[in-house]
Amino acid sequence: MKFSERITAEQAGPLKALGSKILQVNVGYRCNMSCKHCHVHGGPDRREIMDEVTAERVLQVLSNNPFETLDLTGGAPELNPSFRSLVSGARKAGRHVIVRTNLTILFEKGMEDIPEFYRDNAVELIASLPYYLGETVDRVRGSGVYRKSIDALRRLNSLGYGTAASALRLGLVYNPQGMFLAPSQCALEAAYRKELAERFGIAFNRLYTITNMPIGRFKEFLTRTNSLANYQEKLSAAFNPATLDGVMCRHLVSVGWDGRLFDCDFNQVLGITTSPGVPRHIKEFDYHALAERTIAVDDHCYGCTAGQGSS
Amino acid sequence: MTEYYQAEDLDRFGDVGRHNPALFKKFMEWYTSALEPGMLTKREKVLIGVGVAHVIQCPYCIDAYTKSCLEEGMSLEHITEAVHVASAIRGGASLIHAVQAHNAVDRNSI
Repeated sequence: MKFSERITAEQAGPLKALGSKILQVNVGYRCNMSCKHCHVHGGPDRREIMDEVTAERVLQVLSNNPFETLDLTGGAPELNPSFRSLVSGARKAGRHVIVRTNLTILFEKGMEDIPEFYRDNAVELIASLPYYLGETVDRVRGSGVYRKSIDALRRLNSLGYGTAASALRLGLVYNPQGMFLAPSQCALEAAYRKELAERFGIAFNRLYTITNMPIGRFKEFLTRTNSLANYQEKLSAAFNPATLDGVMCRHLVSVGWDGRLFDCDFNQVLGITTSPGVPRHIKEFDYHALAERTIAVDDHCYGCTAGQGSS
Repeated sequence: MTEYYQAEDLDRFGDVGRHNPALFKKFMEWYTSALEPGMLTKREKVLIGVGVAHVIQCPYCIDAYTKSCLEEGMSLEHITEAVHVASAIRGGASLIHAVQAHNAVDRNSI
């Protein structure tokens, strides 16, 4: 059954936004890494990057509307030349800032002071660490990445991130290393906490488990291994209506690197813009039209509603 | 020999029930109940499953329980440890039978 039909059957109408408190901004696909599961095909050769004019417009939209949070993603968002002005501008406007970091960026040239910059701006960090053991992480993200990630987490811990006594929040992100769903978030968080503490003395606040979307590099893998239909079927069979209130598209507006508006970062990659009749570019931003908009869905959306959901 | 084991045949397990649905239904109920979390967690049960799968050398079971282990958040490191436990017990079970050989030697020797 198509996802749109499933939604209509489940709640007698299309999926609607529930008021948008988060402005999620993808500042570009450039990244210092090329992970196998990356849904945006991020990498060092990508040229799509948000320009200064669009970044300034993001800050205007953030300041002039009742958003509570600016959520920056990429690629590696730190590689955008406007990254620091976006963070400090949002903080000056009194907004909470989340940065989705790959951790290894901390060791790139010009990024030496970025942990202190995060701390000084009370940035909440959501860091990719697909597993708590090295071999598995390096298989997905590249040789040596686990070691660097551990070093980065230790550095962030030393600044107070993720520790009980500090308000500096540090979340980690697990994603399955293949064509299977994530395990129970609670059980896996306990395993991460125990293993990272015992092996390296690392602390963090929360583990997020996400589902691999059948798009981007992961879709290529599924296609290559003739598993795409099976995986789609697995996601569809695991549809859980209890996830519908929490799916991210209902709580945020997603801005692409070029200023186009989307319901989520996945739709952005697929070029599925906001539904007809609502603004489709940040230049024509209208909060109230977007806050109760109909969400544009397709079958990849099963990835966010499978099992316990994808946070 | 490889034609005896096709991955897609696992999906045809239900065909086994065709000629005796009542018995197959009983087996499936037993199997499903045995795998449900109880005093042991799902994670512990699938680890037992992957160990047993290797000892009985069932390709279908190895495939299925390896996937279950991944779905329970475990990695090749966990699976390998479980396989070593199961294999060590199997090895030990062979080795302990050397006592039978000792006994036989005693019985047949002056």
